[in-house]
Amino acid sequence: MQQLPLGFQERVIYALRSLYNRSGYAQYKMSKFEEYDLYARNKDFLISEGVITFMDTNGKLMALKPDVTLSIVKNSPDSAALQKLYYTENVYRVAKGSGSFRELAQVGLECLGQIDDYAISEVLMLAAESLRVISPESILDISHLGIVTGLIDALGIPGGRRDELLRYIGEKNSHELSALCRACAVEEGKISILRELLSLGGAPSRVLPRLRELLSGVISMENIDQLERIAAVLAENGCGDMLRIDFSAVDDIHYYNGIVFKGFVRSLPGSVLAGGQYDKLMRKMGRKSGAIGFAVYMDAIDRLDAERKDYDVDVLLLYKEGDSLSDISAARRRCSENGESVMVQRSIPENIRYKRLCEVSR
Amino acid sequence: MSSMLSVALPKGRLGEKVYAMFEKAGYACPSIHDGGRKLIFESPENGVRYFWVKPSDVAIYVERGAADIGVAGKDILLEYEPDIYELLDLGIGKCRMAVAAPNGFYDDKQRTLRVATKFARIAARHYLQKGRDIDIIHLNGSIEIAPILGLSDVIVDIVETGTTLKENDLAVIETVVPISARLIANKACYKFESERIEALVAKIAAQLEA
Repeated sequence: MQQLPLGFQERVIYALRSLYNRSGYAQYKMSKFEEYDLYARNKDFLISEGVITFMDTNGKLMALKPDVTLSIVKNSPDSAALQKLYYTENVYRVAKGSGSFRELAQVGLECLGQIDDYAISEVLMLAAESLRVISPESILDISHLGIVTGLIDALGIPGGRRDELLRYIGEKNSHELSALCRACAVEEGKISILRELLSLGGAPSRVLPRLRELLSGVISMENIDQLERIAAVLAENGCGDMLRIDFSAVDDIHYYNGIVFKGFVRSLPGSVLAGGQYDKLMRKMGRKSGAIGFAVYMDAIDRLDAERKDYDVDVLLLYKEGDSLSDISAARRRCSENGESVMVQRSIPENIRYKRLCEVSR
Repeated sequence: MSSMLSVALPKGRLGEKVYAMFEKAGYACPSIHDGGRKLIFESPENGVRYFWVKPSDVAIYVERGAADIGVAGKDILLEYEPDIYELLDLGIGKCRMAVAAPNGFYDDKQRTLRVATKFARIAARHYLQKGRDIDIIHLNGSIEIAPILGLSDVIVDIVETGTTLKENDLAVIETVVPISARLIANKACYKFESERIEALVAKIAAQLEA
């Protein structure tokens, strides 16, 4: 069969679906609507504030989904056995900057149940492979919230200023981070540990040994051990070169814990993939088991399309009054023999760009 | 993103000071002094490309990856909260975001405070922390005139020397936050160009310490 003229975004979606299917993840289909209450209870989990709401016929306040993970968690049974799911859905969010709602395509993968090192590394491997589907030049940033929050605990930063501190960590803003720590009377030695943690970024083989030295005696080593085990298995599976440890990849610590990650591809300005372990969200929603997952933001990806379209159609085929039906269709067949697209018209339409012009009677 | 590092500089005096720092750090681009109306200047030998943009737009250019790095005032970063890395406080363009009111102003806590400002978010956040109910009046310029004409009770604006305030019989009643110029970087670009960006940051940081 001839290859479909799919857009880049569509090709990526197909490739991701096939990747997740092959790894035993089942597609999860869902309705576009959800009860608004779910988002009102978990507002901080959403990427953007603002949800499109409407009143259902029974008087219930409903919302167009701004997020998929919450619905998957809500509808999943609470069991230790792993449920492996993926979705390709449209979500409705306020776009940053414009302040207006947009419909955005999102592909994502969730693994719910008893999360162990294998489950984490499988999800990370699929995240890495998803990035490769999008671009050969990609980077997967990994952080461990347990290490970051462990260090913040050790510093003795009061609860009220933790969110501020995490924001500075996310911005790699070491000058304001130092000022905040000094204001909280943190020792200079500990401030310099935090500053070094921020600047410590790069390949796991380089970062992890230094991390061990830096934090030994300050926090427990179990999270660093976990990061090391997972980085090693990713390297064994060919994802080592795209892996970077970067502790500025922090997410909301009220929902996430453990490993969090973000994916970047060259020539796109923001992250195209984000995810992490969100056991805390599961607890908030009354689940005993854990979960890890990620989302791929498809809206930015179209900009990567290398094959720019310069024409609306390859061949514009014109016919005149008096050309017979069979002549026209025979000419159309001839024009499309080598796979070119053909548009048949009586006259040249305005605002159409074509590669070649043909006439039936010639 | 090309092999040259793209740097968005804020048009005006601050931008020129910033360029001087970059030049001293080994990222010179002599053609920038040529004058004329050109906005983009390249120095392939030093691997940089500079362009002048409106100061309040620098963060947008960087956030959206049209520039790899740039220099923006902390006021702009606090107001627009762009998703970028803030790598260095350049310690120049120092001023403060402050609340100013007519001389002899009495703050009647029983009434909603009317605040005129260009920086609606910063003002809202400041008064939210204090638990004060305010009415924000968003203006784009000549903020000082608002309390004089009775449009607002106070203003939240950038104060450098305080001369404009004095001339309009206003005085600072409270500092919201100190402001200075910050070196910012696009997050994705930083991933792919971290060595070059870190090298540049280190050279400029060395100047600040000297």
